[in-house]
Amino acid sequence: MYQFNFHKADNLSTAVELFNAFDEPMYIAGGHTLIPTMKQRLSAPSDVIDLAKIPDLDAITLAGDTLQIGAMATHAKVAASSLVQGHCSALATLAEGIGDRQVRHRGTIGGSLANNDPAADYPAAVLGLGAQIVTDRRTITADTFFKAMFETTLEPDEIIQTIHFPQVDQAVYLKFPNPASRYAMVGVMLTRTAGEARIAITGAAASVFRAAAFEEALTADFSLPAIDAVTLPAETLNADMHASAEYRAHLCKVLIKRGVNALSS
Amino acid sequence: METIELKINGRKRTLHCLPNATLVEVLRDQLHLTGTHIGCDTTQCGACTIHVDGDAVKACTVLAVRSDGSEITTIEGLAENEASHPMQKAFKACHGLQCGFCTPGMIMSAVDLVNKGCAVDPAAIREGLSGNICRCTGYQNIVAAVLQGASEMQEQSS
Ligand SMILES: Cc1cc2nc3c(=O)[nH]c(=O)nc-3n(C[C@H](O)[C@H](O)[C@H](O)COP(=O)(O)OP(=O)(O)OC[C@H]3O[C@@H](n4cnc5c(N)ncnc54)[C@H](O)[C@@H]3O)c2cc1C
Ligand code: FES
Ligand code: FES
Repeated sequence: MYQFNFHKADNLSTAVELFNAFDEPMYIAGGHTLIPTMKQRLSAPSDVIDLAKIPDLDAITLAGDTLQIGAMATHAKVAASSLVQGHCSALATLAEGIGDRQVRHRGTIGGSLANNDPAADYPAAVLGLGAQIVTDRRTITADTFFKAMFETTLEPDEIIQTIHFPQVDQAVYLKFPNPASRYAMVGVMLTRTAGEARIAITGAAASVFRAAAFEEALTADFSLPAIDAVTLPAETLNADMHASAEYRAHLCKVLIKRGVNALSS
Repeated sequence: METIELKINGRKRTLHCLPNATLVEVLRDQLHLTGTHIGCDTTQCGACTIHVDGDAVKACTVLAVRSDGSEITTIEGLAENEASHPMQKAFKACHGLQCGFCTPGMIMSAVDLVNKGCAVDPAAIREGLSGNICRCTGYQNIVAAVLQGASEMQEQSS
């Protein structure tokens, strides 16, 4: 890991000011993506700005029907939160399935979303549950947040503050983990609100995406026969040493079917 | 150089480190607490697992400067008055180690699991230890050791 200067920010505006004062700055949250990439020298910030001392940035609250999760809430905190479990148990299950215990004690929801790893779990939650990402300067809907592999619509100095999850009627998250890395080979968040189905898939392509054809079929008729003839084209999916694109396409449909079963019973 | 104040295994320490020093480097190189091992240095193996403010974390993936003000327990801090911790005894009794390289991290993870009430059955223990890799692959005996250690820890606290 190259040398860098270290700064602690005690509020959001100081963090942004610090960021804009340096050449190659980076924010640090849980550090469980950033530190490994710095060790590999894939990332070499001149200045690292710590977000951990900003008060209440890890708070989890319920405002009416909206669950608000602070960007610095760790995966372990989200998984254990009775507010999260009560509002959307699928979200707690998703958090509980990230990496391993030690990773969950440090990694944060804000870091995971800002990083937008193609195989990360939270992007599927945010897109599938139709969440809103509140930053230090604006609110971004999930549908416009994720741009491409490791790319989001965040400005370089923009900080995720909270994620707002609306109430959905039903939700389930199904993950087929890569047995070695525990990241999602494919992860499917399937939700229903007033009969409308919404499906977000992670792990399968360069970035999380919605499975529109399946959503349409399931909104019209929420049953297994309704999606019998629906397929996901493999052309746009990832192929790597772990799985071919065709295998990923197949896995997506299997997980969607299991999701339909889970929400129908 | 940054100055940090920590409580390590019950003792207050003031340390000086560079911003890019990891916590495991400081523990091993400055404090000579070499029980915390570095297996992979890439957040995979769990050999470097310690407790920071009551949670098991991989010390190779924590910047030392960020643990200013924290309370840290390493494998050296488990024994009380020279008597091994029940989890250490159970690993010995159940043959839960072969070369022993992964063992400090396994034990720190196992104690965290029991402290959080998560070591309820073999399946939960396997899941809970998924961040720890044993290159000698003695997982059967490791799980047996954690089960035994868990029941001894519960007996001791009741
Ligand atoms: C062994 C291992 C297994 C893992 N398995 C999984 C898994 O199964 N599923 C999964 O989803 N993830 C997994 N992860 C990733 C883990 O969840 C990371 O912790 C997470 O992706 C990044 O969160 P962080 O808080 O550690 O962010 P950091 O590493 O601190 O930051 C990541 C990036 O986000 C930026 N950033 C952080 N916070 C903010 C913010 N509030 N606003 C703006 N930018 C910000 C940083 O500048 C940096 O560029 C795994 C990691 C490891 C090491
Ligand atoms: S040395 Fe830290 S996880 Fe392997
Ligand atoms: S006992 Fe040798 S690595 Fe686990």
